[in-house]
Amino acid sequence: MSHDEHGQHAHHELSFWERYVFSVDHKVIGLQYLITSFIFLLVGFALMGLMRWQLAWPGTPIPFFGALFPSDLAPNGVMSGEFYNSLGAMHGTIMVFLGVVPLAVGAYGNYVLPLQIGAPDMAFPRMNMMSYWTYLPGGILMLASFLMPGGAAQSGWTSYPPLSIINPGQTVWLLSMVILITSSLLGAINFLVTTINMRAPGMSLWRMPIFVWAQFVSSVLLLLAFPPLEAASILQLMDRVFHTSFYMPKDILILGQAYAGSGGGQPLLWQHLFWFLAHPEVYVLVLPPMGIVAEIIANNTRKPLHGYKTMVFSMIAIGVMSFMVWAHHMFISGMSASLSNFFLVTTMIISVPSVALMTCLVFSLKGGSIRFNLPMLYALAFIPLFAIGGLTGLPLGLTVTDIYLHDTYYVIGHFHFVVVSGSIIALMGGTYYWFPKWYGRKMNDTLGHIHFWGSVITMCGIFAPMLFMGMGGASRRLYDPTAQLHNLPVQGWNVVATYSAYALALFQIPFIYNFFNSMWRGEKTVENPWQATTLEWACPSPPPHGNFEKTPTVYRGPYEYSVPGRKDDFWMQSDKN
Amino acid sequence: MSQTYDPAAIMNNPDTHSGVTNAKLGVWLFLASEIMLFATLFTSYIVLRMASTSWPWGWDVLNVPLATVNTVVLIGSSMTIVMAYARAYDKDKGGFQKWMAATILLSLAFLVIKGFEYGPKFAAGIGPHTSVFYAIYFTMTGLHAIHIVGGIAVNAGLLYMSTVDGHWKNPLFLGRVEGAGLYWHFVDIVWIFLFPALYLL
Amino acid sequence: MGQYGWSLPVAASSYAGKIDFGIWLIHAAMLGIFVLWGAFFVYLLVKFRARPGHRAEREDHADTPAHISVPDSISKFPFAQILYKNKGELKSLIPDMVIMTFEVALIVFYAIPVWSSIKMSVPETADPIRLEIVSEQFGWSVHYAGPDGKLGKRKMPLVHFSNPIGLDLADPASADDIVMGNELRLPVDRTAVIDLLSKDVIHSFFVPEFRIKQDAVPGLSIPIWVTPTKVGKYEITCAQLCGFAHSLMRGDVYVQTQEEFDAWYQSRLAQIPAAATASNPAEEF
Repeated sequence: MSHDEHGQHAHHELSFWERYVFSVDHKVIGLQYLITSFIFLLVGFALMGLMRWQLAWPGTPIPFFGALFPSDLAPNGVMSGEFYNSLGAMHGTIMVFLGVVPLAVGAYGNYVLPLQIGAPDMAFPRMNMMSYWTYLPGGILMLASFLMPGGAAQSGWTSYPPLSIINPGQTVWLLSMVILITSSLLGAINFLVTTINMRAPGMSLWRMPIFVWAQFVSSVLLLLAFPPLEAASILQLMDRVFHTSFYMPKDILILGQAYAGSGGGQPLLWQHLFWFLAHPEVYVLVLPPMGIVAEIIANNTRKPLHGYKTMVFSMIAIGVMSFMVWAHHMFISGMSASLSNFFLVTTMIISVPSVALMTCLVFSLKGGSIRFNLPMLYALAFIPLFAIGGLTGLPLGLTVTDIYLHDTYYVIGHFHFVVVSGSIIALMGGTYYWFPKWYGRKMNDTLGHIHFWGSVITMCGIFAPMLFMGMGGASRRLYDPTAQLHNLPVQGWNVVATYSAYALALFQIPFIYNFFNSMWRGEKTVENPWQATTLEWACPSPPPHGNFEKTPTVYRGPYEYSVPGRKDDFWMQSDKN
Repeated sequence: MSQTYDPAAIMNNPDTHSGVTNAKLGVWLFLASEIMLFATLFTSYIVLRMASTSWPWGWDVLNVPLATVNTVVLIGSSMTIVMAYARAYDKDKGGFQKWMAATILLSLAFLVIKGFEYGPKFAAGIGPHTSVFYAIYFTMTGLHAIHIVGGIAVNAGLLYMSTVDGHWKNPLFLGRVEGAGLYWHFVDIVWIFLFPALYLL
Repeated sequence: MGQYGWSLPVAASSYAGKIDFGIWLIHAAMLGIFVLWGAFFVYLLVKFRARPGHRAEREDHADTPAHISVPDSISKFPFAQILYKNKGELKSLIPDMVIMTFEVALIVFYAIPVWSSIKMSVPETADPIRLEIVSEQFGWSVHYAGPDGKLGKRKMPLVHFSNPIGLDLADPASADDIVMGNELRLPVDRTAVIDLLSKDVIHSFFVPEFRIKQDAVPGLSIPIWVTPTKVGKYEITCAQLCGFAHSLMRGDVYVQTQEEFDAWYQSRLAQIPAAATASNPAEEF
């Protein structure tokens, strides 16, 4: 389908629209995804900034911005409970479905994966474009739901019925999710076909960089885990629009009135379907960033990764197992208590390959000659911070301790350590690492260091207090934590977290400035500034349409650094001698 | 810059290529996700049915004879699309168009019969809101009908493309027909599961 | 207030200690793992930092195992070839094995037995107190049986602000029942067996001091139990997002001596007018 299209595009001059907006070039699409998802991350972050004000100083007017909100959302500038819940639901949804996944898969996957396997483009370039152009409207629709009567969805990103059936805003959320899922499915199919069929000669499976493997496994997860959520969303949409009762039992009250529907549905069915998606989704959030970290570590230790195959097998094992652990989010949901024991065991099993991955990353440092450049700082920060996230998952995955910790701030702290100071830190490191490839220029080092240290310290300042609050028994999603006595002693931690969050926002300014400034004024670099071995560094920076002057041939594995007897300490995959 | 990508050279290398064309692989992967979609609905069906205190029997509330006719119609269309593919394989344009048109007609007939099945239900005030059984019945058959509509669009597109020389002579055309056929068989198979689950059991 | 702080609140139920044991044990293990790994990590960073004249050393890489010969002494064992030639990679699995052993021990000796005792069975005691807790947006109704020891029937259509749980007064068992709003009183050292229900959306019954948490799902009646061990005043909170006033959905728990509890119970009974509604707790909303 695609091959003849390449031929056509190479020959005629592209208009501005074809080149930058409706481009079929994976690199342009990758950058579109990059910029868009960074913007969505900022939006999600801004929503959280508002919530943090309410959490730290409940009932006080929001400074500056409070007056901007209509009085039904924030009367006199004080956030209402409905608005708080909307912000919470949208923060989660935006961060997961519009921020991190599109950044990890849409942006880095799109730009880097075809280059790393030596392909001229994705297998289906036009489908690739469609995937971006369904993602963007889906995202805009999601944001626009704030303008709907009743506001945006307010039942949490998990949207548990019956609450989600009752609350306003949910219909738009569901429609937008269906659109976003379609976009993800298109992307996943494209990545899989590209990886399976488009590899350059010599690029056998065991010569693929870890990042490609991570994208591959993530794409399988997206392909198989998203349709169940799509089906579940359709059922919920039916419940809301056509008044079916898939998730509604009989004999319940809705806002004080007897429920008029037929009843007979199962509220827990949604939870099962949702988490069947959402747990694999967690690994989609984590695996590609881990791949980036592995790339950066191999490059900056100047030696092959320790246990390349172990890592690949671990990722595959994680992928398979991630479909069998979903109900560990549901230990106290009212499902059969004996089922919990099964999911307890599978959860502990999945921790084994996860630990193996982390072990390999740490052991990879041994014997190296470690360069502490900017991307490496991010990759190194990933390891301990992600480890905190992983370790705090242990008491949550264990049924007994989860009784107390479930739905407390401990959970929030846990998965933010995983996703923010884990995944997002790694993804930012990826920006510094591949920026020279994207624009042929380097990002500024000083600003990068400010961004790095500022972000890492303030992230810990936000999420560590959450762990302490959770130990104190503070429940999540509380509009006003001070309404409950047992939260009062830990309320100070909320203030600490809020100050840290605002500081984190400030520390993103150097990054944004650095990004755009370096795009045009950064120091020019060569084709392979990090002296790396993988194929993306064997083409010009930025790569032209079609990527490689000549289809590269691959002669060796991805991380042949410091091969004895060679002058250079790196041996590119495409160098014959 | 020069375009040096040579699909043929890459396809012949078992080390770096599956040997299946991109389009076909893409369709298979798409079908994998579709299987998950319908499997989820079937799972929901089982869960809801297990948990319910009373569940109507298809024979009592649904029009089983019409659905049986529909089953035959749909299986027939699966056969005609195979014939269309065989004609296209032999570069027989007229034959391809004839069989493809038959496929489209049969699928339209399926939708019309479906309409005769839905119509009296709606007329009697029965809809998805009536009970969980009707909810799952209308959702699953409705979603399946949407898939039929999608298939008709694809098949009609191929029928149109076969009248344009540039498309008919394109070596990729056969692959497109094959993809459409795979999809159509999938839609057929979903119905073969739906029919007993909703109407007979 | 003294019972709350920066860490786990006071443990006031028979199984709170078991849960706390797990929490502290796992956190100790986590801290140990983190400190050991952290120290190793920093050591590696310092020892193998890039400096002039220092070149990275490659390990025996798995890609070239052919030249490695397996010593005779171990070649008889199954998989000796694969295991020996990949021993470099396999070494990285040692920490994994240690952690896995720890986890298996946790599951077998701790998680499954304790979970079963808390969530899968109710302890055999001579005289448990039985009650129902009905949750709604945004409050808790506690339903005690009257002196007849029977909980009256409830019917959803009867729900009214004067009858928050829809007690069916036609049922003779209902007439003497006590319904409290956002107030749970339990005698100390006596097992309470509670049926947890919801009238509208999913709520979650959480008393931090008891270390008890269970979602209340509409359409389901979920049995839970607790044996309070300390007299005191505690707090019920809702742990599952249930709407705009989720954070205001709280109640008080009073654990009293049996005598105090009986006195309170009798005083509530005395307030029930003959053949009138059971109770009329002030609703917050």
